[in-house]
Amino acid sequence: MRLGIISDVHANQLALEACLEAGARLGVERLVFLGDIVGYGPDPEAVTQRVMALVASGALAIMGNHDAAIAGGSSGMNEVAAAAIAWTRPRLSESSREFLAGLAMVAALDDVLLVHSEASAPARWFYVTDASAAMRSLIATPHRATVCGHVHVPQLYCMTATAKVVTHRPATDVMIELSPQRQWLAVAGAAGQPRDGNPAASFLTYDTQSRALTWRRAPYHHEAAAERVRAAGLPERLASRLLSGT
Amino acid sequence: MAKTRLETGSVLDGFTVGELIHRGGMASLWEVTRAGDQTPMLMKIPVLHEGEDPAAIVSFEMEQMIMPRLKGGHVPRHIANGDFAVQPFIVMERLSGETLLPKLKELPLSAEAVADYGARIADALQSLHYQGVVHLDLKPSNIMFRPTGEAVMIDFGLAHHRDLPDLMQEEFRLPYGTAPYMAPEQVMGIRSDTRSDLFALGCLMYFFATGTRPFGDPHKLKGLKQRLWRDPVPPRKLKPDLPPWFQEIVLRCLEVKAGRRHPSAAQLAHDLRNPEQVALTARAGKLEQDGFFAVLKRKGEPHLTLIDKPMDVEAEASDAPIVAVAINLDNMTPDLADKLRRTALRILERSPQARLACLNVLKLNRIAMDQSLDAEGNNKHVQRLVGLKDWARPMKLSAGRITFHVLEAVDPAETILDYARKNNVDHILMGARENSAMRKILGSVSGKVAAEAPCSVTVVRNRQTTEE
Repeated sequence: MRLGIISDVHANQLALEACLEAGARLGVERLVFLGDIVGYGPDPEAVTQRVMALVASGALAIMGNHDAAIAGGSSGMNEVAAAAIAWTRPRLSESSREFLAGLAMVAALDDVLLVHSEASAPARWFYVTDASAAMRSLIATPHRATVCGHVHVPQLYCMTATAKVVTHRPATDVMIELSPQRQWLAVAGAAGQPRDGNPAASFLTYDTQSRALTWRRAPYHHEAAAERVRAAGLPERLASRLLSGT
Repeated sequence: MAKTRLETGSVLDGFTVGELIHRGGMASLWEVTRAGDQTPMLMKIPVLHEGEDPAAIVSFEMEQMIMPRLKGGHVPRHIANGDFAVQPFIVMERLSGETLLPKLKELPLSAEAVADYGARIADALQSLHYQGVVHLDLKPSNIMFRPTGEAVMIDFGLAHHRDLPDLMQEEFRLPYGTAPYMAPEQVMGIRSDTRSDLFALGCLMYFFATGTRPFGDPHKLKGLKQRLWRDPVPPRKLKPDLPPWFQEIVLRCLEVKAGRRHPSAAQLAHDLRNPEQVALTARAGKLEQDGFFAVLKRKGEPHLTLIDKPMDVEAEASDAPIVAVAINLDNMTPDLADKLRRTALRILERSPQARLACLNVLKLNRIAMDQSLDAEGNNKHVQRLVGLKDWARPMKLSAGRITFHVLEAVDPAETILDYARKNNVDHILMGARENSAMRKILGSVSGKVAAEAPCSVTVVRNRQTTEE
């Protein structure tokens, strides 16, 4: 089965729709949302309702730190993120808030662990930005493969037989088989707020049979998305970074 | 890890195991067959023992990842991978013939024979590099030839793939490779530079032409590192009858800084096939190793300053295309000649490593194929070369960036296409015939080239005025 894994949508409806369309073209059979459905972006209610409908028809969704911050506090967040959460809260319906509050922290499909931040302490929202952070997550789980988001930059880590971590910057549209004799940690790029220098929405496909993981890009009208951020009165930085993809 | 004892007659994933062909330190090779499949096949099985060097396992994993992605005649065709959980194996096409290893008994070979091997091996490297793979273990026992003469690279256990995680990189601090052939940057742990393979090919050509390995066969890291500061004995000192062009090419391959080697395997192959066009430098005439003080100075430098960083493969400037420009000297107006030069310069500016090959097709009469002198007794071939150089002069390109070729043929389009295929040309530039009536009668050479070329084709034409 081919999974479509979408992370960090961040209330960016145009980016989400682009990923869904690209996923459909690629024959995605089941969707997984890796958290941070809201926060930063201008369309929290529309995006949450869309994800809710997809979950009702079989998609899987797990919780991100921005989703958690809607119900809980936004402590630990930077100023811009906290401002966006404060902006988002009153714009969500009762049913959307309930949905976000009820998301699971982790999920597993076959031998793949799905988590927003990383596996060692999912609720502490650690960022996997280097090999030692990857190692902490890899040794904390028996799963052969972990897929996470949170960092907004595509990356692949793999632990070798001698407990060393290989770091790889994945190329777009290149299938990588996650061989079962070692452990892998894949960081999905962000759909709604990419930070790797490419403004196109980022997502993953994963073939459960062949264990092939592929980073994908869905170019979308990101200028229009940035315009929507500005029109909503959100901080300017949240608009400009959609234009540059940084 | 399963430890099935494999023997003749065993069946694995539908493959029936035949004779044991070879048992090596890292892997064993078996002949295999599959019902309903006539392809001669080979099964490679890694040697896996508890507590042994994990390199064998990791390198086999890399090979399982890389081989199915490779295409073309310069690699054995991949047929199947065996699961690590049951019995890891790779089944591939079995090539007939031997590797280059038995040739070692016949060394030294002539410069021409070595250049012929070298050019064919460089073609194979170009195909690998184009697919994002650095072989990193080029040596006689990893090279075979198809009956058609094409070189085939075997054993991808140490290879690096641009788009795949490099499992070897982190696993082993020590450089992996074969000591006599390992490039200096590979000794320093860099595994992503395609030009490392050109260094290895330089070592092979040196060895084949002189019978001596340029850097010996060191067994310790310290010995391996010597090649960072100690230059090899010039081949012509060992074998004075080797031509200067040969030494120029080989010593360029053996440059410590990768940036001073040929920028691509295709450009190296082109030099090896056109010895008379090789721009000779001080390398060609060198007859002694560098002096004591020069070597001592280099030895004192931090090792990483002696080598070049790998190329940024994303950058356009790292491209080293071969651009062929076909010049029709009989049908050339000054305007078109100028426009062709400008177009060529525009391409060369974007790619500082590009090389321009200027072609002219000397049309042969079908009846009198051997007539190389014209009515006045002038040598047509030389005249054409003069014409080509005259066309190119205003571009002021340095000798190393431009070559001139007069090709004698009956069919110009087919000849240009053939040249492009044989030399891995990346871009063909040619002028359109001015006169449309002539084009109607003779057919369009550029049209045929554009339709059938293995690469990009730019047809340069003067803007047509409307009143025609």
